Amino acid sequence: MSTPLLSVEGVHKRFTRKPGLVVQGIDRLTGRTSGYTVHALSDISLAVARGEVLGLVGESGCGKSTLGRIISGIYTPSDGEVSLDGKPVARDRGNNVDKLTTKVQMIHQDPFASLNPRMKVGETIAEGPRVHGFLKSGDARARVRALLEQVGLEGAYADRLPHQFSGGQRQRVAIARALAMEPELLVLDEAVASLDVSIQAQVLNLFMALRRELNLTAVFISHDLSVVRHVCDRVAIMYLGRIVELASAEALYAAPQHPYTKALFASIPTLGTGRAAFQPIKGEIPSPLNPPGGCAFHPRCPMAGPRCKVELPVLKPTLDNGSMVACHLNDGGTGAPEKAEAA
Amino acid sequence: MTKALDVKGLTTRFETRKGMVTAVNGVSFSVERGRIMGLVGESGSGKSVTGFSILGLIDEPGRITDGAVLVDGEDLRSLKPDALRKLRGSKVAMVFQDPMMTLNPVLRVGDQMAMAVRVHEKVSKNAAWEKARQALETVGIPAPAERLKAYPHQLSGGMRQRVAIATALLHRPAVIIADEPTTALDVSIQGQILAEVRRLADETGTAIVWVTHDLAVISSLADDICVMYAGRIVERGTAEAIISAPRHPYTVGLIGSVPSLHEPGTPLPQIPGSTPQLSNLPAGCPFRPRCPRASDICSSEPPSLETAGHFVSCHHPMEAS
Repeated sequence: MSTPLLSVEGVHKRFTRKPGLVVQGIDRLTGRTSGYTVHALSDISLAVARGEVLGLVGESGCGKSTLGRIISGIYTPSDGEVSLDGKPVARDRGNNVDKLTTKVQMIHQDPFASLNPRMKVGETIAEGPRVHGFLKSGDARARVRALLEQVGLEGAYADRLPHQFSGGQRQRVAIARALAMEPELLVLDEAVASLDVSIQAQVLNLFMALRRELNLTAVFISHDLSVVRHVCDRVAIMYLGRIVELASAEALYAAPQHPYTKALFASIPTLGTGRAAFQPIKGEIPSPLNPPGGCAFHPRCPMAGPRCKVELPVLKPTLDNGSMVACHLNDGGTGAPEKAEAA
Repeated sequence: MTKALDVKGLTTRFETRKGMVTAVNGVSFSVERGRIMGLVGESGSGKSVTGFSILGLIDEPGRITDGAVLVDGEDLRSLKPDALRKLRGSKVAMVFQDPMMTLNPVLRVGDQMAMAVRVHEKVSKNAAWEKARQALETVGIPAPAERLKAYPHQLSGGMRQRVAIATALLHRPAVIIADEPTTALDVSIQGQILAEVRRLADETGTAIVWVTHDLAVISSLADDICVMYAGRIVERGTAEAIISAPRHPYTVGLIGSVPSLHEPGTPLPQIPGSTPQLSNLPAGCPFRPRCPRASDICSSEPPSLETAGHFVSCHHPMEAS
């Protein structure tokens, strides 16, 4: 395989809250520590090939947005490395960090919050390339017009303000703004989650058409498994800051391997007739402040054995279909006495 | 079967700077005991205002201008404010989208639930706490006695929503209106709540009106579905009929745009245009500008057609199967 466009290796992200000055003083006197650290991401490794769309799926607090922000260069990882086209991005805080991160553009969830309400959308779209010197002021109008048309809006809309657009149209403007930078990688963070179903279909169609046209590479963050299946080639399922399963969309949806992925599929209502028998996952999502030891999913896992409580499973390829799974079931068993699969 | 809730011609208008806006326009439906009615629509369709209007929770500049809301045969609209307040929480209860907004953050869960008990019933504080504990148990909260002593911020989002549902259930109301109650929750938690709600409707006989934008959720939860568009019910029928044989072009488009029904990577059928401004609706059928089946006749008021309990308001509905 050639160099992947994006590669993330062993990335950790910790958010530390330091106590106030007074408490720090008391801590020093008493020998306590009052600050705390959240491990938002632990040991994340993945790669995205050129032209590929990778889905990041998980529930709130699983770290999918944090990972998206690290890839975009908004956060720097506490450990590990992100490289774009073989060149490290995040650690490099020098001049060329700007040059590299302009190649990654992010599209956010809420187009009501991500567009400046007092700027004409044409100015918003042209601002990035102008600041970075890709675009001369004289060429801006024509370029903006072309971009607006590319995302299915009228070129004349450039002089309008965001409040004159509907939610779906604003999200198109946000996409045009990202495309204006001619990015090599797009990061879409729940980009269709706030849109109505009929509008969501329009924006997904636009994304798929642009992808074909421009051979886009993208990281598509979503909690909606049906949307992810529709637009992604590969999918990473995250739970509490770790990737628990990484597989091609086809393999994942045909046969999910990790118990969490299986449970997630079982608890999601799908459009169908008749009352569905829900098989919800038991229990709550644990707090990332105080994650369970061993496999983070073990308190909710129907398959958990003694080994799951103490030993952290690593992401390993399964034998049959090339999926990667972090589960002891896939790696020698859970240590449960009634383990039958060895026979 | 007795109708727990019977809504007839409900109309709610808001006075705005752009003129009178009809947010709910002649909405009629009924729910029997133990049944779940899904009220589905996109933003601005009037589904939430319908929910609020049923309980009379419409403030200035809005006004319920027409229609009747019968709960167990009693018309809520004919009641004086005092009498209506007595019914709210006892006979008709509401569950809102965001449980963090509806629970009082400075009161323990038990205190606020007991308060809700004692508003409607003359019982001792201890008896009220006991009733609250039983309600928490009904909605599947583990260790309910301890949870009663917790403050809302100590509970997770799913737990808070269970507390809100338990509070709505305290007086065994005939009807619960639930406004997007799982939208703010994670999918695994949503699954838990949906399973509980289905069980509660079956066991307690409470009729539930579930307001949502999510077709997938409602298709697996509800017995009947009303599809709303621009303040009107455009189609109404059993969940099975609406999902498997929709007749209104809007419903057809809505169901068609759900990604899980299509081969991955293929273009999704989409409804062109965007949801209309209620202040500027076209004459006749409000869906006309976006409708693939529209013709000249659609600029006149669409007829109300009903076959075998499947209602549709359209000049050119799909054939009934």
